[in-house]
Amino acid sequence: MNEKKTFWQHLQAWVNGEEAILHADEYIKKREQPHQKRWIKKPNMQRIKENKGLYWFLCVLVSLVFITIMLLVVSHLPTFGQPINPTNNEVMERYLEKGIEETGAINFVAGMILDYRAFDTFGESNVLFLAVISVLILLKRDKKNINAREDRETEEDERFDRSDHKSILKIGAKYLSPVVILYGIYVVLNGHLSPGGGFSGGSIIGAGLILYAAANGHEAMRRFFTFKTFTLISVGCLLTYCGCKSYSFFTGANHVGYEIPKGIPGNILSSGFILPLNICVGLIVACTMYGFYALFTKGDM
Amino acid sequence: MSHLLINYYEAASVILFGIGFMNLLLQNNLIKKFIGLNIMDTAVYLFLAAKGYIFGRVAPILTNGVIDADYYINPVPAGLVLTGIVVSVSVTAFSLALVQRLYKHYGTLNMDEIMKLSREREGE
Repeated sequence: MNEKKTFWQHLQAWVNGEEAILHADEYIKKREQPHQKRWIKKPNMQRIKENKGLYWFLCVLVSLVFITIMLLVVSHLPTFGQPINPTNNEVMERYLEKGIEETGAINFVAGMILDYRAFDTFGESNVLFLAVISVLILLKRDKKNINAREDRETEEDERFDRSDHKSILKIGAKYLSPVVILYGIYVVLNGHLSPGGGFSGGSIIGAGLILYAAANGHEAMRRFFTFKTFTLISVGCLLTYCGCKSYSFFTGANHVGYEIPKGIPGNILSSGFILPLNICVGLIVACTMYGFYALFTKGDM
Repeated sequence: MSHLLINYYEAASVILFGIGFMNLLLQNNLIKKFIGLNIMDTAVYLFLAAKGYIFGRVAPILTNGVIDADYYINPVPAGLVLTGIVVSVSVTAFSLALVQRLYKHYGTLNMDEIMKLSREREGE
C-alpha cells in the first residue's frame, strides 16, 4: 500500500471500513492503554448483571421509584379536561380563531402543521428520508454484504411467488390493494377538509403497496417501483416542498404581494399550498413505508 | 391522591411509561427491548393527547360553521403527537436494521450472549 493517498481515496477506504485495517498496528497500540482501564472500571457493573436476582430487583426498584415520582407529579397537575388549564392558552385561541382566515384549511391541525409550523413538518419528512437511507446503508445486499443462506432463501421465495400456491392471498390482494390505495389517495387529497393528511394517507398507500408486494412478489413490484423511482419521488417531493415553502416565506416576509390565493374554505382546491404539500408528504411517507418493507424482507428495492 | 383518579389518563400514561422502561431494562432479547421503547413512546402520546382534551368540545375541524376558540379542543398536542409518531417510526426502523446486522454477525439476539461473544472475539 502506498502511503500517499488522495482525500477521495481516504474517504472511500473509511466508508468501506478499510482505513482501520491499513493502520492496524498503530490502532492496536493506541488502543492498548484505555483498553486496560476499561476492564478495571467495569467488573462492578458486570457482577451485578451476572447476579440475575439482584439485577432484576434493582431494575424493578428503579422503575417503581420512577413511577411513584411521576405519579406524585401527576397528582399535582391541573384537573383533566378543564378549559382554564395552562395548556389551553392564547396560541390555541389564535390557531382556532384566525386559522381559517390565514390558512384557508378547515382542518385546523392541517393548517397548523402545514402552514404555521410547516418548517417542522419539512424536518419530519427529512427524518423519514434519512431513516430509509440509513436502513438502506445497513441492509442493502451488495458485494460487501452477502450471505449464501439468505440468497438461497430469497431465491426460494421468488420461486414460491411465481407458483400458484398463494392463490387466496393473490386474489385477495388483486381486489383489495387498488381499494386500499384509492382510499389512501382520498385521505391525502382531503387532508385540509377532514381528518387525515399526508402522514396517515401515505401510510395507507404504503400498506396497499406492501399488500401487493406480499402477494405478487418483488418481481411484480419492480415493474413499476424500483430504487430509481424511490429516489426520484422522494427527492423530488422534498425539493418541491422546500421550493413551495421558500416561496411563501419569501413573499410573506417581504410583503411582495404575490401570495397564493386561499380560495373558498371547504373546497378541494383551496387553502394555498396545503394541498400540494400534503401530496408531497403523502408520497414520501408511502415510499418510506414500502422501502422499509422491501429492505427488511429482501435487502433491496 | 383523589386527584390521581380524576387525572386518570395522565396516571395511566405514566404507569405505561414505567412498564416500558422496566421492559427496556429487564428484557434480554433486543427486539423485546425495542417493543419496550415503543410502549414508552405510546405513553408519551397518551399524555399529550390527554393534555389537549377539554370536556364537551369537538375535534378541531370546522363544524356547523362555528369559528370560536371555546367550541374546539386544543389542536397543538395533535401536531406534537404527529411529530412524535414520525420520529418513533424512524428510530424503530433504524434500530431494527442494526439488530438485523447484529444477528447476522453473532447469530443470536440475546444481549448477554452478544456481549460475551464480542468480548471473546476481542480477546483473541
